[in-house]
Amino acid sequence: MAGQARDAAIVGIHEYPSRDVEGQISPLQIKAESAARALQDAGLTWSDVDAIYDAGEGGGMGGLAMAEYLGLQPNIIDTTNVGGSSYEFHAGHAKRDIAAGKARVALLTYGSTAHSNAAAIGVGGRGGGIHPVDNMESFSGMTLIANYAMVAHRHMYEYGTTSEQLAEISIATRLHAMRNPEAVEAMTALEFLDIRETSIDDVVNSRMIADPLHLLECCMISDGGGAVVIAAPEVARDCQKPPVWILGSGEATKYPEIGGDLTTSAAVQSAPQAFGEAGVTPQEIDIAMVYDSFSITVLTLLEDLGFCNKGEGGTWVEGGRLRFDRPGDGPALNTDGGGLSSNHPGMRGIFLLIEATRQLRGESCSQVDNAKLAVAHGNGGMLGSRHSGGTIILGRD
Amino acid sequence: MADIKRPLPNLKEYDTREFWKGTKQGELKYQKCDDCKTIVFYPRRHCTGCLGNNLSWHIASGKGTVYSYSVVRQSYHPFFRNQIPYAVAWIDLDEGPRLLSNIVGIDDPLHEVSIGQRVEVEWEEHEELSIPLFKPI
Repeated sequence: MAGQARDAAIVGIHEYPSRDVEGQISPLQIKAESAARALQDAGLTWSDVDAIYDAGEGGGMGGLAMAEYLGLQPNIIDTTNVGGSSYEFHAGHAKRDIAAGKARVALLTYGSTAHSNAAAIGVGGRGGGIHPVDNMESFSGMTLIANYAMVAHRHMYEYGTTSEQLAEISIATRLHAMRNPEAVEAMTALEFLDIRETSIDDVVNSRMIADPLHLLECCMISDGGGAVVIAAPEVARDCQKPPVWILGSGEATKYPEIGGDLTTSAAVQSAPQAFGEAGVTPQEIDIAMVYDSFSITVLTLLEDLGFCNKGEGGTWVEGGRLRFDRPGDGPALNTDGGGLSSNHPGMRGIFLLIEATRQLRGESCSQVDNAKLAVAHGNGGMLGSRHSGGTIILGRD
Repeated sequence: MADIKRPLPNLKEYDTREFWKGTKQGELKYQKCDDCKTIVFYPRRHCTGCLGNNLSWHIASGKGTVYSYSVVRQSYHPFFRNQIPYAVAWIDLDEGPRLLSNIVGIDDPLHEVSIGQRVEVEWEEHEELSIPLFKPI
C-alpha cells in the first residue's frame, strides 16, 4: 500500500447505550456524555479538543452552540449536515483538517430522542421557509419508506432482484444484533414483538409497509447518540487504544434528473474517491458498515461500493454471505446489528464509524478474526430522491 | 373527517408559483433554456445547464410512463392515512421531466400499477390550483 497516508486516526469512541430515554436525558446531554466517554476511551480530555464537527441536531446555532455547551474554543468548527451520512463527511473533513495542520484532536458528537418524540426521521432539517422541492412533491403523500420502496421496485424490475434476496440483509443483521446485548436491550425497550434470529420467510411474511418493503426490512426508530474522537499521529501514538487510521474519504450527492437511474446511488461517486485515496480495493475489505435504513439501501450501496456489479447484488448476498462468521466470502455486514436491529435514532452514520473501529480493535460482539480493513458508508437524505453519500475507509496498524 | 385536505403547494413560493398558476388552466408546464436547450425541472429561476436565466415555459402533453412506484400501506398523515392503500410514483413525462405523483382512477393499486405503464394527467381541482394526478391510459 505504497503512498497510503496515515495522517489521522480514530482514537476514541462511544455509543450511548440506551435506546429509550424518555424523560431522562436530552439530545444535547447525550452528545456531551458521549463526548466525555469517547475522550476517556482515548485517554484525552476536553482541553485536548481543538476541532468540532456538528450536524446541528442539538439545536441552537449548531457548532456555535456546541462549542459553548462543551466549554471549548476550537480552531475548526465544521457544521456539515447532509442527513445520516453527516458523520462520514465529518470524519473526512477531520482527516483533511488534521493533515493540513489546522487541528490535532477532532470531536464528532450525535444525540437524538427520535423515539421518545415519535419524530419523523431520516432527513436533515431545513430552514428558511418553503423549499421548492416540498412545493412540488408534498401533495403526493410519499412516505419515507415509499421513497426507498421505489428504489426496490425499480431494482426488481431491471435486475430481477427478489424480496427473498433483500431479506438476506435483514437476517444477517438480526443475527449480529442477537449477539450484541445492547441491541437486544434496544429491541426489548422498543417493544419488538419477537426478538430472535429471523429467517427469510419471517421477513417476506412480515407486514407490507410500502410495496415491496416489509416491516422487517425497515429500521427501528430509537433514541441514542455517540461520539468519535479523531487525532493526529503524534497524539494517536500516546492514546490508550490502538489507532484506527482514516485511510480514505469520499463524498457526493445525487438527486432526481431527467432519465436518472434510481438504482444507483451517490456511492458510485464517493466510493472511488475513498478507495482510491486509501489505495485498497473492495475485495480487500473485511468489514462493511453500510447504512441500513432499509434492506434496499444496503443492496444498492454494496453494488455501488464495488463489492459486486450493478444489478448482481441480489445474487451476491444469497446464502448468508454477509454473516460475520463467513470471512472468506467477503465483508461482514453491520456487525453491531445495524439500524434494522440495534440503533437508528435518525442519523445513524456515527455508529458506522464506531462499530468499524470496534472491529479493527478486536472489540466487536461479532468479531471477525484478524479484521484489518473496514468501509463505513453513510447515506443521508432519501435514497429514492435526493441523498448524500459519504465513504470512509479505515485500517489498523 | 371529510374536511381534512390534501397538503397543497404554496402559491407564493418563488421558483414554483408559475408552475402552479398554470395548473388552474389545466396546463402541466416545464421550463427549457432558450440558449442551451436544457430542460429544467423542478422549476427554477436559473438555468442549470448554462449560466443564463433565459428559461421559457412549455406545456407538456400530460402523457408519461411510470418509472417506479410504491403502494403506501401505512401513513400517519391525517389526510393520507384515509387514502391507504394508495400508489405514489415517479412519472417520466414524454417531454422528459420526472415528477412525483399518485396513480389514480384504478380499483386496486396493489395490482393495477406497474413500471413502464402508460399514464396521463388527471387534474384534481382545488380553489386556486389543480393537482396533477395520473391515471392509466
